[in-house]
Amino acid sequence: MLSKKEKQLIREIWERLTPVAEDIGADALLRMFASYPGTKTYFSHLDIGPGSAHLSSHGKKIVLAIAEGAKDISQLTVTLAPLQTLHAYQLRIDPTNFKLLSHCLLVTLACFMGEGFTPEAHAAIDKFLSAFAAVLAEKYR
Amino acid sequence: MRHSAFFLKPEEKEKNAAMVEWTEQERSIITNIFGNLDYEDVGSKALSRCLIVYPWTQRYFASFGNLYNAEAIKTNPNIAAHGTKVLHGLDRAVKNMDNIKATYAELSVLHSEKLHVDPDNFKLLADCLTIVIAAKLGSAFSPEIQAVPLKSAACATGEELWPLFMCVTSFQMKK
Repeated sequence: MLSKKEKQLIREIWERLTPVAEDIGADALLRMFASYPGTKTYFSHLDIGPGSAHLSSHGKKIVLAIAEGAKDISQLTVTLAPLQTLHAYQLRIDPTNFKLLSHCLLVTLACFMGEGFTPEAHAAIDKFLSAFAAVLAEKYR
Repeated sequence: MRHSAFFLKPEEKEKNAAMVEWTEQERSIITNIFGNLDYEDVGSKALSRCLIVYPWTQRYFASFGNLYNAEAIKTNPNIAAHGTKVLHGLDRAVKNMDNIKATYAELSVLHSEKLHVDPDNFKLLADCLTIVIAAKLGSAFSPEIQAVPLKSAACATGEELWPLFMCVTSFQMKK
């Protein structure tokens, strides 16, 4: 359950992350691969070493998609419809992995924002990422 | 002795928990991080963050005073003191890394038999501690450093938690 204030906070934060989407995304992915090596199995067709072009472009894609969802959270199901189809029928990433990436995104944000990543911001974004992941998995079955 | 964690029986997991092998590098990373932490600051921040981000954890703190909103939690002196206590508890594991299970035997029984804490909550607090430390260290909290206790934990106990110390606490839970 997100309050109006939280939705605005989320919008503002992801707007600020958009210009550095590549760095944020790549950092979060690297953390996920280091902490949860099983997640690497979904990327056997890419070069996901630190600094690789694939890592940056993929990280950027993910962060920009989340930022797009953050612009109007009440419309998540509409905004994510194409990505829902992609994940359900093509990528078929086990949804438990969404939690792992969400956690790593939070750690990346903490490193990036320092004290600015307040408990209130943390709570709001954690809730938003859970909702995002739930919508993403809706077409799985 | 490292098995795939998925198929270990509970007694095998317990046995392995006592046999965590830390490399020199992992030891020094962990002792470095904890050596440079202000326990009062980090402990209180981690606990109050946990109560704010996961409000249901407040169920264990009914006698601690005003937890009505984020401001109240952040300024609650009982929570701050308790957070510091928790960090000092973790410190004991850091100083006894080869014998965490025995070090935590008493605390484990306390949390299970007296406080009745659902072990899932240890993971929530651990995640908040990770984030408080990440906010302090910034980019110095690299992906490799973040992964350290997880790597050792995943092999030994089948649990995926950072820090390892918190999940070992739950092993004494009576079945």
